[in-house]
Amino acid sequence: MTNNEFSFDGQAVPFEQGMTLASALILNGIKSVRRTRRENRDRGPFCMMGSCYDCLVSVNGEPNIQACQVEAKPGLVVESTPSEPRLGFKEL
Amino acid sequence: MMTDITIIGGGVVGLSIAHGLLKSGLNVTVIDGSDTDFRASRGNFGLVWVQSKGLNHPEYAKWTQQAVSLYPDFVSRLEREASTAISYQRTGGYEYFLNEESLEERAKQFSDLRDKLSGNYPFEVFDQQRIRDEEPNIGPRVVGATYYPDDGHINPLQLLHALLISCKAMGLNHITGVHLSGFNYNGDSFALKLTDGRVINTKRVVLAAGLGAKKLGPMFGFRGLVQPQRGQVLVSEKLPRVLNRPSLTLRQVNEGAIQIGDSKEDVGFDDHQTLDVTARIAAKATAIMPSLSNVRLVRSWGALRVMSPDGLPIYQASSKFPGATLVTCHSGISLAAAHSELLPRWILGSDDSPNLDYFGEKRFD
Repeated sequence: MTNNEFSFDGQAVPFEQGMTLASALILNGIKSVRRTRRENRDRGPFCMMGSCYDCLVSVNGEPNIQACQVEAKPGLVVESTPSEPRLGFKEL
Repeated sequence: MMTDITIIGGGVVGLSIAHGLLKSGLNVTVIDGSDTDFRASRGNFGLVWVQSKGLNHPEYAKWTQQAVSLYPDFVSRLEREASTAISYQRTGGYEYFLNEESLEERAKQFSDLRDKLSGNYPFEVFDQQRIRDEEPNIGPRVVGATYYPDDGHINPLQLLHALLISCKAMGLNHITGVHLSGFNYNGDSFALKLTDGRVINTKRVVLAAGLGAKKLGPMFGFRGLVQPQRGQVLVSEKLPRVLNRPSLTLRQVNEGAIQIGDSKEDVGFDDHQTLDVTARIAAKATAIMPSLSNVRLVRSWGALRVMSPDGLPIYQASSKFPGATLVTCHSGISLAAAHSELLPRWILGSDDSPNLDYFGEKRFD
């Protein structure tokens, strides 16, 4: 991976300095970053301003991060959000 | 324009009444305002709740019990009429307690109320072990909870939406973005003047305008005794199922988010949010459910409750302008089924009207 790339589900995603994760993903043709938990539908960046919560991804293992609100940095490990992170809760 | 009956206020209260009146075949008009008004139907917490209502007023507890007993059929019918799903679960619900004294005090109040209701108040008190068996994500600071089996929760926006679709399908005349500017009364009917210049001629008027009754009530000979009480609500990101049942302060909606309330603030007509109250709500929620501290909030809002001086509904017919009635309450969601199925009989003065004398304005004399 070069200086200006992060990875998304293992795929190298080049970006220019100052871009958000969401911008870089879209520019690289990645429109779907996760699937919905109820109906397993594709979701991707929509509002690009932090409102819609559709662009949730995991960043370096931390789930439910808004891709449009995080600046792209070299070497970040970005993954489609697991649909049900447990966050310390017990299963019912 | 002529109509049998005009309801001023198109929230859950006004539309529930309209729903019932339309079923009896009347020509019904609803006047609704706009998003710049204080709209409790769009800001409320979504509980369909019996416990803690009417602790000192068995009549109110009974009315709420009756309303909630009608709820499951009411929701099923609405879903059919509107061809839409409404998330409603009557799972039973809790109030959590962080100290023994408060829990014992509440249990005593419930037990006194049960005596006044001839034993018909099937609450239970869950000790710490029991509540943690029922709700494994509740933390060790919770010493116990009260439980009431008929309590539940609903998506209040889906309820509002379904009511509107159903009412429109039955021919509701729905006028939005307007307010009432005044009226003439000829002893038999009203000519309501709207802010857009329209005039509605109507035999009857139901004032169901929430906080609008403060100004509009006195125009119709009522006292206008409603006051705003602010509540702030926080909403988390979506989670897998972590709560089985709703409570007064925490509920997991069917889409997965945890909705967290509730503050009770006397700050006038101000529905803004404040950081200190938000922080207090979050602190209490994490004391009850510690893992919430790992969870992000995605939304929050403030909204105004519609409160009478004693917190009970007001149902009052105008003596000054016969044909006008006032309906106002804090619990438009919990009472919706009764407002659709029973209240129209009272408004129309039918033989089978429920006796609502207890809820008149004369109690404030």
